[in-house]
Amino acid sequence: MFDFLKIFGGKSESSSEQAHKRLKFVLIHDRANVSPEVMEHIKNDIIKVISHYMEIDQKAMEISLENDQDAVALVANIPVNRMRPVAGHRR
Amino acid sequence: MSEVIVITSGKGGVGKTTTTANLGVGLASRGKKVVLIDTDTGLRNLDLLLGLERRIVYTLVDVVQKRVNYGQALVRHKKYTNLFLLPTSQVADKTAIEPAQMLELVEAMKSEFDYILIDCPAGIEQGYETAVIGADWAIVVTNPEISAVRDADKIIGKLQAANKKIKLVVNRIRPQMVKDGTMLDMTAIDDILSLECIGQVPDDDKVVDSANRGVPVVESKDSAAGEAYRDIVGRVCGEDIPFKPLEVETFWQRLKHVFGR
Ligand SMILES: Nc1ncnc2c1ncn2[C@@H]1O[C@H](COP(=O)(O)OP(=O)(O)OP(=O)(O)O)[C@@H](O)[C@H]1O
Ligand SMILES: [Mg+2]
Repeated sequence: MFDFLKIFGGKSESSSEQAHKRLKFVLIHDRANVSPEVMEHIKNDIIKVISHYMEIDQKAMEISLENDQDAVALVANIPVNRMRPVAGHRR
Repeated sequence: MSEVIVITSGKGGVGKTTTTANLGVGLASRGKKVVLIDTDTGLRNLDLLLGLERRIVYTLVDVVQKRVNYGQALVRHKKYTNLFLLPTSQVADKTAIEPAQMLELVEAMKSEFDYILIDCPAGIEQGYETAVIGADWAIVVTNPEISAVRDADKIIGKLQAANKKIKLVVNRIRPQMVKDGTMLDMTAIDDILSLECIGQVPDDDKVVDSANRGVPVVESKDSAAGEAYRDIVGRVCGEDIPFKPLEVETFWQRLKHVFGR
């Protein structure tokens, strides 16, 4: 389809919209930075859940907050050593 | 029952002292017995905004260091006779008052006042700790600017960690800029900080004019900021006051603004 809005110089993002997005993003980071303890808690909880199903390399595991253009994601890198035999049999 | 409220912000110059003075006068003119405590030791201003600067004898520092009772340091307002100021020292610095001393003082004052409002200094150091320790809840003042909102969030994190309830005041909003999409509005700031908002105060020349006179703007009937502060007073008293849409100046009003005086 034709993008008439763009052709006729239609609205680009206003500065207040940009401020809104940038703040939402930076505050997640500010907060995460203030509390590495929270990241540690999250990590431990993830280990607990995943360990039911697979054996993971806890020392090599990494989690972090990462961002692209306009979203923040919790990214986890969890090396798996082997599956547990009980996997899939849990309630 | 006494209510202790700290007015804080993180970033400096966003309107904490202005908010404290207006809230104090507004509550007092509703018949509440109110004391305003200035904790911006070394940089006091609350006395000026209330027109009380020439009547200070003793200060908060004298009180916490037990040279005088708090009653001797209180300055009573002439017009609002149930409004009192506990000024701080202009020569000492923030380390002159320990948070524990402040807590003891606030506890002792509770039986005498309906509202104890504490004007917090900018920053997150000892001055902040001293101001916040005795408070039941906090008003965080911010401006619709990216840096002020970020600093507000830092303070909000600290207040939440200390289990204080928080309400937000957005000060110095310029309706025309909001309309043009060049300034954050209250809804956006609400969305970013997720706090209950109890006030949106427009940027208003009358605030400066009334500071010059030492008469808080909450009393002037023809000021948009004054009206916003009256609404804040009502909300602090627990009234459910809907937010009015901010008025953008019409062409003629703006013309009058520029040429008329
Ligand atoms: N709504 C408003 N409209 C116009 N000017 C304002 C408004 N609110 C505050 N100001 C002005 O902004 C300046 C700073 O206000 P104020 O002293 O209340 O801020 P503060 O947060 O207490 O500052 P500090 O961090 O230095 O203690 C003052 O000159 C005041 O007159
Ligand atoms: Mg101040």
